[in-house]
Parts: sequence; structure tokens; C-alpha cells
Amino acid sequence: MTGQPWRLENGGHIDRSCSLSFAFDGKIMEGHPGDTLASALLANGTHLVGRSFKYHRPRGIFSAGVEEPNALVELRTGNRQEPNSLATTTELFDGLEASSQNRWPNLRFDFSQANGALSRFLPAGFYYKTFMWPANLWLTYEHFIRKAAGMGIASRESDPDRYESRSAHCDVLVVGGGPAGLTAAMTAAEIGERVIVLEQAPHFGGWLRREKRTIDGSPAMDWVDAVSTRLSAMADVRVLTRTSAFGYYDHNMITAVERVQDHVPKSDPFLPRQRLWSIRAKRVVLATGAVEQPIAFPENDRPGVMLAGAARTYINEYGVLPGRMAVLQTNNDNAYRSAIDLLDAGARVTAVLDVRDHVDGHLPNQVRDRGVPILQGYGVVETKGYFAIRQVLARPLVGGPVRRYDCDLLCVSGGWAPQVHLHSQSGGKVVFDAEKGCFLPSEARQNCVSIGSAAGLFTLKDCLKGANGDDVPEQAIKPTWSLPNAPGRHGKRFVDFQDDVTAEDVALAHREGYVSVEHLKRYTTLGMGTDQGKTSNVIGLAIMAKLKGQNIPAVGTTKFRPPYTAVSMGAMAGRAVGHHFQPLRRSPMDNWHHDNGCKWVDAGLWRRPHFYTRPGEDVNSAALREGRTVRAGVGIVDVSTLGKIDIQGPDAAELLNRIYVNGWKKLAVGKARYGVMLREDGMAYDDGTTSRLSENHFIMTTTTANAGPVLAKLEYYLQAVWPELRVQVACVTDQYAAIAVAGPKSRDVMQRLIDLDISNDAFPFMAAAPCCFAGIAGARLFRISFSGELAYEINVPADYGQAAWNALLETGREDGVGVYGIEAMSAFRIEKGHVAGPEINGQTTIGDLGLGGLQSEQKHNIGKSLAIREGLIDPARPAVVGLVPVDGKTWIKAGAQLVENPDAPPPVAMLGHVTSIAYSGELNHPIALALLSGGKERAGEELYAAFPLRNEAVRVRVVSPHFVDPDGERMRV
Amino acid sequence: MLLIKCPWCGERDMVEFTHGGDATKVYPKDPNATTSEEWHDFIYLRENPCGEHVEYWHHVAGCRQWLKVRRDTTTHDILTTAPADGDLDT
Repeated sequence: MTGQPWRLENGGHIDRSCSLSFAFDGKIMEGHPGDTLASALLANGTHLVGRSFKYHRPRGIFSAGVEEPNALVELRTGNRQEPNSLATTTELFDGLEASSQNRWPNLRFDFSQANGALSRFLPAGFYYKTFMWPANLWLTYEHFIRKAAGMGIASRESDPDRYESRSAHCDVLVVGGGPAGLTAAMTAAEIGERVIVLEQAPHFGGWLRREKRTIDGSPAMDWVDAVSTRLSAMADVRVLTRTSAFGYYDHNMITAVERVQDHVPKSDPFLPRQRLWSIRAKRVVLATGAVEQPIAFPENDRPGVMLAGAARTYINEYGVLPGRMAVLQTNNDNAYRSAIDLLDAGARVTAVLDVRDHVDGHLPNQVRDRGVPILQGYGVVETKGYFAIRQVLARPLVGGPVRRYDCDLLCVSGGWAPQVHLHSQSGGKVVFDAEKGCFLPSEARQNCVSIGSAAGLFTLKDCLKGANGDDVPEQAIKPTWSLPNAPGRHGKRFVDFQDDVTAEDVALAHREGYVSVEHLKRYTTLGMGTDQGKTSNVIGLAIMAKLKGQNIPAVGTTKFRPPYTAVSMGAMAGRAVGHHFQPLRRSPMDNWHHDNGCKWVDAGLWRRPHFYTRPGEDVNSAALREGRTVRAGVGIVDVSTLGKIDIQGPDAAELLNRIYVNGWKKLAVGKARYGVMLREDGMAYDDGTTSRLSENHFIMTTTTANAGPVLAKLEYYLQAVWPELRVQVACVTDQYAAIAVAGPKSRDVMQRLIDLDISNDAFPFMAAAPCCFAGIAGARLFRISFSGELAYEINVPADYGQAAWNALLETGREDGVGVYGIEAMSAFRIEKGHVAGPEINGQTTIGDLGLGGLQSEQKHNIGKSLAIREGLIDPARPAVVGLVPVDGKTWIKAGAQLVENPDAPPPVAMLGHVTSIAYSGELNHPIALALLSGGKERAGEELYAAFPLRNEAVRVRVVSPHFVDPDGERMRV
Repeated sequence: MLLIKCPWCGERDMVEFTHGGDATKVYPKDPNATTSEEWHDFIYLRENPCGEHVEYWHHVAGCRQWLKVRRDTTTHDILTTAPADGDLDT
């Protein structure tokens, strides 16, 4: 324990009565409540916190806020390890563990620091240029480049924390709780508006916390406390601290992340770690403040180089002295506040280097009066020191002798950049103000306004209303972006610290023609780090403007995009993780399937029984057993997932006529019919049976996958195209459980359970009727067959699905009833040559599918006109055929290409492809369906089903797709 | 994140809707008397206007009504909405 040698005796908004212990790279240190990790590190004399991204140069704490480019650390360990966290905004708590990143084996001895020595060989675009050829080695290069360049390391374990999302609405949303934001919030609240105020820091006050300012003669924080306390107590005001607004989207929607528990040592399990807010506001007030900009001078990245405002923040907010011997480089009066605060805190200021030629302002004169030399028209030309700065070399900008100043802190200020990010994200424009040397928000696109320093109004007079701050007059700033090297010197002038982009890289981009700001950004990676270029973008484009001989407005800015500050993936995901990622649809008999050894298969949001396992079985043997039970006796399958659409109204039959290719007007009540519908462009879309329950009442079934889309289409035609049709449609998929009962003994079993006569004469093939089933009222019976066997489908109200299922198993026991899953069901339909999803694939017509005969000539239907286009009736089109292996045993691969000779030199003519495969229990060999060009004419031909990825080719014979019972006699008995 | 004013439900978040394509295309009144050029135009040809556009949206997770929406494609402003078979205010 070394104590806190750099902690001041007094001052700061920290609690010295309480000590917190934390670890950085394994070293135990102490801080106080109110500290950030950065301020606590500085209190312990630690400036060096990381290595740079590309050159692995030692880097120190540069700022005191969200703009920090250097002090990125890994926080915590184990499953809560989080990389790339800002030390400057991470609140200290007892037991916090942090470590530096991007170094190996450790921070002081980093293996990759050689990159710095090799830097002249690693210019912007180096990786693009060097590792592009040969292309097949990129994967090898990438591994090493990623390893060398990576940022921090995320935990590979799943996140144990909980995240929430919330929506909110308000009249006025104020982003920022500094003097301007608090004033605006109070103004709106006082006239009764519903107000939400967001502050990214743990406390309100903004820069008033960071400077020794007064309002109405009292310490400014008294005013902050009074206003924020009043606001918090108001009924229609919600104040959120630790909440960063990071995105501004259309129609005045702002997203923000509230860090509910990031600052506590032990999390409360009943609170989320973070909360994502989506806020819709009538009006938005952007009081987001400004971020100090550096100046790019040679060797400007040494640990100990710090923004001037950050230096006084560490003194005033945290009671930490960032250096004992300081030099200040500035182009404005405001930065002299840091010199004054450093002097007040007991530090020496050895020199102020001001790029302006005549410095005579109120603040500079205070500094001058305290004996600090102010060198007018001077700039830094070099710095000395490796792990910490120890000397500054400066010379007149017009040329002249070099002066040397020893120091352990170099404060730099290039003026202030209003944080126009959210304004720009909302679609607002920004304009460059040449006098202030910064971009200002101009025309807003949405109902929002920027105020205070976010609008370039930097005085308290501009921010406050009904209170008076202690503003002092300031001399004009002299916009300055970079300072030259001394003649013959080539010191690196870093523009973007996080991405290691230098002024020389910008010049290289210019020489190579990447002169637009968007190209500059992508070629050099300028501003593409986690800090979003908050301290680098403007400098980069100012340098480019100078190289192009243009002014800054002519060069323009890149678009600001969310997020303003980094957001954890957990906050984005919220509760939509694991089982909650998407809803799971379960059939009414789901529990039974689960309890009886079913293996599931996903079908959209549904899960369906794939097959039911028994010891020693795989999917094929289980499906074969299940199928044989059906073929030999009777089996039942859960088909509740099929779409069911209730269609009612006097024009219901007319609607079906327009939707399906076949005719519906003559369908008798109590009959079902198979129908196919087309897309507008003439391709086959979906199929199913639809039954007429009464004159004006039909029940349509769709495939599982298209249940939603078909309903949406029906609604579209009824509402937008044919509003004159008197029809209503409703989805009843979830209202009914559906069970198919198939096999030669199915009638015997069903008859025992149903109140209808279902003999073949009384209830023939394609009959449909309401019924009472196993004592369940409101059931519906359909004599339809997907399996090709004698079969029924029974629908019962969903709540009675399990009862119906149990009744079938119980009653059918003596007949050896079995259950089957969709693998066996799929084998049946392949044996029967029934087409399904793999064949109705959006590229096939009903002619291709062998269903061309269904098309009615008596009426028009959707897609009919376009289905007869030349290309869609070409006899050479692929058609559905059956395939059998010539050797009678080899499985054919789904997706295999059909070719005449697999060994022919490429290009090999592709004749078609295999769509569906199964093992036929009836034929005792593998079978397949395929789409084969000119298929109908090729029956009897032998081809190869080639699967080049596995170097396989199976010799197959083209046969009819109707492998079993081609005349459909079994289902009509 | 757009706010779309459903004529029946009022302003709702866009997540409740699905986009249904160009609503300036009118389904042929008499399909049998429609030429293949007209079908081609109806099915395949779409303007990609920079500015105001009329499109269908479906309040699929709400009242399941289709609506016409006049939207500015450059600003995402929703200018007017109407039922799918109604007329938009201009």
C-alpha cells in the first residue's frame, strides 16, 4: 500500500472519510467514493494505463470523460469481464478489478512495441496493401493481425447479469444535466410539462463540478444541488443519472442506457445491471455540452500529456493533482483556468505556450501576475520521456531557438467542440464557425434544439436564466489543429490516439487520393474507435482541408452515427436472451410429446415432433418403425401447426376462386378440396385443403410455414383490392388441435370415438363434417390423407387436444395404434409424390409440380395470367420426378445435382437437383424426389446424383414420383 | 423508429407494422382484359422515388388492417395515412 501521494488535502467531490480498495494489473491501490478509476489511478501516481492499438506505444490518461481515447481497460474478471471500458467514466467501488489491455506480457515490457520502431513500414493502409495477395493466405495473416491489433478480451462465458428495456414518453426530453440542461428542464417543468432529464455522469452539474465557479455569489454547486433537488421532487419530472443518450432516431425517439448497477460492488439480484430506455419526446433539448480538442504536435501521445480541462477536473472534482510541474499548450483563454487551478493546488507551471501572438486576457494576466512565463506565438516541437513525459521542447511558430521545459504534465487545449452528435444523428445539419473554430448545430430536422455549449454558447450567461454566473471576458481563440515538426525532425503527431492515426497518415491518404472525408476515415481508420473520434475527427479533416487548399466547410464532416458512447451488447439484447430470444409455439400436445421421448425439430417458431426414440434407434430406424405401424395398422400424428384460416361471408367461395387455381363454387357443403395458390407472378405459392362447412363458411388450411403470410395476403386482397367482397377471414390456428389418424385400421378406431357414421358410403374420401369426438363438442372431422392411407384428420378445440390424443391412444390400443413424427410423415408424402416446401420453392410452377391439371379455365385467379408466360410453360422446365438408386441401396443426397456424367470435364451441364429424400418402408430402399429438366420425358433414364462437396455420385434411375399406390386406391376404401 | 398513424388505432410504433410495398400500383380491374405489358408493369416495375411515396403498410401486430401511407423517403416523415381502400389527403 503506497497511500495516495497525488491526492490533495482538500477539495473535490469525494469522500475522504472512506477508503476503497481496487486492483490495477494486480496491484492493490486505494481511492475514495466519488473517484473514477482514472482519478484513483492518478491519485496513486499512475499515468501509464495502456498501449496503443497499432504501434503499442505507452499511453496515459488523456481526458476525464467519455472522449477518452487511451485509458481503455478490462474491468472485472470471469463471466463479468468487460473489455474496452473507459477508466475515465468507470466509477470506483471497493474490490474493483481492472487491467490494462493490448499489451503482452505486461504494460511496461510489451513485445509488440517493436511495431513503433517499424512504424515507417506500417503506414495507413499498410494491411490493405500488404496482405491482399495472395488472397488465399489472408486467413493466415488475419489470425496474426487480429492477435496483434486486438483491443481487450471479452469473457467467453455467458453474461450472468440481467438487462431490461423500458419505453417512456414525455413532452420535453433534456439530454445533459449541466447548467444549460438544468435550466431548460426547470423552465419546462415549471409550466407543467412532462420532463425527462438524462445525465450520463453519476451527478448533475456538468462542468460546474469541474471548475471553481460561482453563481449569484455562492459556489456554483449550491445552485446545481438546489435545482436538481427541486426537479427530482416534481411530480411530472423524471431525472435519470448514469444514463447516456446514445442514439437519436426518427420521429423524436432517443435511446439511452442507464447503468443501474455498474458502480456497486455486489449487485442486487432484483435489479438489472443496465436498463435500455427508448424515449419518445414531443420536443428534445440537447444540452450535451462540449469536448475539449487537443492540438496535434510532435510526440503528443506521451503519458502525462492531458487535455487542459481534464487536468483541472482531476483537481476540482476528484481532489487529485495530475502533475507537480506543468506546461500548458493553448490557443485560447479558457485553458488558463487550468494553470490557475494547478497553481492553487500547489503545482508549478513552468511555462504557458500560446500560439497567439498577443495574449492579454483576463485569465492569462492572472497567470502572468503569478510569475508564470507566457510564451506568445510558441508551440511544442518535441517531447521527451517514454513511460512518462519529462521535458517539453518549444520554439516560436515563425521559427527560432528551441527552449526546453522540464515537466511531468503537459496540458493541451485547442478549444472546444460542441457535442453535435445527437443533433447530427437526428438529421440536423452542422456548420463550421471559423471564428470559434468548431462545428455548430444549425438547422434541425426534428423537433429539437441545442442549447448552451452544445450550441457553441460557452458562457454561464448563455446557459442560465434568472441567475448570474461569474463569467469573465475572454480573448478570441486562434483555431489551431496541428503544429509542425522542427526542421529535420519527424516526430509523430497523433491525430487519433485510439487508432494510432497521425497527421502524416492523413497526408498519405491525401497523396493517394483518399481526399473525401468518408474515404479518409475508412482508409486511415480515423475516428473509427470506441471514442467515435471525439478528440480527433475535426483535427483530421482540418489537416485534410489544409492539404487540399480548402476551408473546413468545403471538406465537410462524416455523418455522426449511433452510439454516441459504447453500449454493452447485454443492454441491446435486454431480456430477449435464451428462451426469451423468440417466442416458442407449442402444440396443445407438446407436453405429451416431450414426456414420450420425442426429438424435436424447429418449424418456424413451432417445435414439432421429429420422431419418438426407442433404445438403439436413430432417426431413420425410428421413422421406419413409426411408418410401418401406420401402413400395417393405425398411427396418429400431431398436425396442429398447420395454418387454419376461418373464412366466412356470402362471397367466401368467390374469394377462394380468386385465390386458388381451382374452382370452389361447386364444392358441396360437407366436402373438402385440395387447392393450390399462386403468387402474382405465376409461381406456385402454397397448398392445402379447404373445406366447406356451410354455404358461407369455409375452413382453409395452409402449410405451417405460410400460415401467417397467407393470412396477410388474404387480408390485403380483401382490404385493398376487393373491398367489395363480403368476406371476413380470421386465423384459428391456435384455436384447434389437429390430429391425423392414418392407416387401414383408422376407421375402426375413429368409429368407436365419434358420433357420426363414418363408413365409406356415409363419409367418403374428402368428406368434412362437424362432430362430437370422444365426448368433445365442437370437433370437426375431415377425411383427407397426406399419408396415402385411409386417413382422417380430427380437429378439436385446442384445450381438448390432449384429451383427444389420449382417447385415440386408449381406444386404439387393441389395434396397435402408434404415434409418428414428421420424419415418417415426410417419408409418406415422398412415397406418394406429394410436393411440399422443397418442391414449392418459389421457382416452380404448378406445371413443374405435376399439378397443372388443377387450373380452372372458367375463372381468373391470382397469378393465372402470368403463369402462362412463354418461359413458364417451356417443356424443358424442371419437373418433379422420382429417383431410385440403381444399386437399390445407396442413399441419394438432398441437394445433389443431377448430371449425365459426373466425370466429364467442367462445365458439366446441370439437369436438375434432388429436393427430398426418404427411405421407403414400403419399397425397402431409398427414394428421392427431384426437379429434373424435361423430367416427364426422362422416365427410365439413368443419371448421376452428384454431390461434389463429398466427392460422391450415386447412379439413379428416373421414375414416376408416385412410388406407392399411384392410383390412390388405399385412401378411398 | 417511425411512428405511423393507423386510421383505427392512432399513432403506433413501426415495430407493429410490416411494409407492404408500392401502393401506387393498382391491381388490374379486369384481369382478363389486361395485356401482358400491363401485368409486367403491375408486377415488376417500381419507381424508387426520392421524396414523397405512397406505400402499403400492414398493422400486422395490431388491428391487422392494411393502410396506405404517404411517406417521404428522404426524411421518413409520415405525411398522411388512410385505409387501404381509401384516398390519402394530399
